[in-house]
Amino acid sequence: MTEGADRHTDATAEKPTPRGRFGRAWDSDFAWKFRHSPVAIVAALVMTVIVLAAIFAPLIAPYDPFDPGSLNLMNGFTPPGEPNAFTGDAFLMGTDDQGRDVFSTILHGLRISLFVGAAAVLFAMVLGVTLGLVAGYTGGWVDTIIMRIADIQLTFPSILVAMLIFGIAKGVTPVEYRDQMAIWVLIFAIGLSDWVQFARVVRGAAMVQAGREYVAAARLIGRSGPSIMLRHILPNVLSPVLVIATISLALAIIAEATLSFLGVGAPPTQPSLGTLIRVGQGFLFSGEWWILFFPAVTLLALALSVNLLGDWLRDALNPRLK
Amino acid sequence: MLAFILRRLFQSIIVLLIVGFVAFSMFTFVGDPIDNMLGQERTQADIARLREQLGLDQPFFVQYWNFLGNAIQGNFGISYRQGRPVSEILLERAPATLELAAVSAFFAMLLGISLGVFTAIRRNGMASNVIMTLSLIGVSLPTFLIGILLIYVFSVELNWLPSFGRGAVVDLGWWTTGFLTTSGLQALILPAITLGLYQMTLIMRLVRSEMLEVLRQEYIRFARARGLRERAVNFRHALKNTLVPVITVTGLQLGAIIAFAIITETVFQWPGVGLLFINAIQFVDIPVMAAYLMLISVMFVSINLIVDLLYFAIDPRLRVGKGRGH
Repeated sequence: MTEGADRHTDATAEKPTPRGRFGRAWDSDFAWKFRHSPVAIVAALVMTVIVLAAIFAPLIAPYDPFDPGSLNLMNGFTPPGEPNAFTGDAFLMGTDDQGRDVFSTILHGLRISLFVGAAAVLFAMVLGVTLGLVAGYTGGWVDTIIMRIADIQLTFPSILVAMLIFGIAKGVTPVEYRDQMAIWVLIFAIGLSDWVQFARVVRGAAMVQAGREYVAAARLIGRSGPSIMLRHILPNVLSPVLVIATISLALAIIAEATLSFLGVGAPPTQPSLGTLIRVGQGFLFSGEWWILFFPAVTLLALALSVNLLGDWLRDALNPRLK
Repeated sequence: MLAFILRRLFQSIIVLLIVGFVAFSMFTFVGDPIDNMLGQERTQADIARLREQLGLDQPFFVQYWNFLGNAIQGNFGISYRQGRPVSEILLERAPATLELAAVSAFFAMLLGISLGVFTAIRRNGMASNVIMTLSLIGVSLPTFLIGILLIYVFSVELNWLPSFGRGAVVDLGWWTTGFLTTSGLQALILPAITLGLYQMTLIMRLVRSEMLEVLRQEYIRFARARGLRERAVNFRHALKNTLVPVITVTGLQLGAIIAFAIITETVFQWPGVGLLFINAIQFVDIPVMAAYLMLISVMFVSINLIVDLLYFAIDPRLRVGKGRGH
């Protein structure tokens, strides 16, 4: 990444074209690679559509699935695209057992899935990067303790750790707040199960940087430890963090969907895509396929596009593959 | 060598002590056991008596020590929800999970290694490319969606295989098995595929990349030059040398299979330990959660230990050189 940027500054020095910031970004190595990878373009496109749909869900959704007043039980089990036999209302993706528009619940479910995924990754990133920086820069027994904890946690699959944290946190929160707190507990659980990847990579990079001369120079002019870590070391280890964050986002979205599907995640009052699939699975045998099918396809598109984008980003930012 | 084994053994014990501590803290901090056991009508004297009976008036570390002692003897207390000893429930559920995990692991290894070898030998063939692309998509799919898809195709549409439960089981005294009845075997197929698929793709990709690496080596070219048949080169010389990392990864994945069984068991309502754990989380049944945690950590730690020791047994270079595993 930095290498590409350097080369680019050389290029502009040779032929000073009056192009704006956008033009320069368009010319960079990174953008060039992006424009020449059809997989990345399609994945980014799908992801943009999904994210926009989630952000503007209240505006796009034809119905408010959380407003009991707008529901008509007579509309229950309307197949997609056909008018209901009793009321004559038609729904793009049909309705569930309570007459809720599946399209609207998916849009709102997407919001929750994406929010939990992104917040969990952010939490894991802040925690992991902080601990990794401290471990790598300080060394000694602090390093030993942090990395031992990381090793122990890495012995167990992260989904299991997330389940366990969710279970304990659920036990600690009072019964009347459990449904309200479920989303935050979920973010906490998934985030805490995922910090190790960040910490390991940042620690390794920070150890290398800590031995460099510029760090010694910063220490000589009297900068404090935290300031050196944040202002000097952190910017130099950001590129791998970005890659891990993208891959983690795909994993976090799947983890959230899995937990919610298992019934230990988002509650039915705030359904995420996983909760919707859990509900839809109950109607698989009675022939109402659309209640399951559309949320499942949405989750697939989301997971696949984030995954492919993460893979591409890893290759594009990897200097060894240049 | 001995120093290495001792150090790994020591590390394993430390890990187990820490996990035991987490499990023990769950009892202490999540809800009050007295609250759970005594009803609404209780006096201060009742509480004090029960506290003494249960040993809750003792110092924290004495309590921890007692908890560990009980756990080692297989005494994990009584389930809040079912009112029966946790060890009894676990023993009843264990065969279902272990049978499922064993069949999945076997399936993953058999298919993973053969597909890996196939895609490595025919690296540019049509079939190889299709398999590799499918495996990439398969890895990004959540396990539970694969399970639902299989149920839809084979149970709902084709009506060939059962979609839930274990079928008829035969009671062998302390072990119940589904291997001996037709319905038991049929019920095993879909869950085993669901559970093993991810591990299969993992093993396949690993075998493929290791094979490609080995096939580039000098001794393979030499074996070809000697006029050995393609088959002998591929299997006797190449595959044999790829097996070290494969065994390690497969071993480590065995633990993952048992953990991921939670998801598969929920999709197929398979009456194993994983389903028990999920229900325990939903109802905050602490004794069951703690026992499952302890059990699965013992399993994970021993698998890791065995895999590390296997390294020495398989790879002679490690024995001759410096006695360091990693």
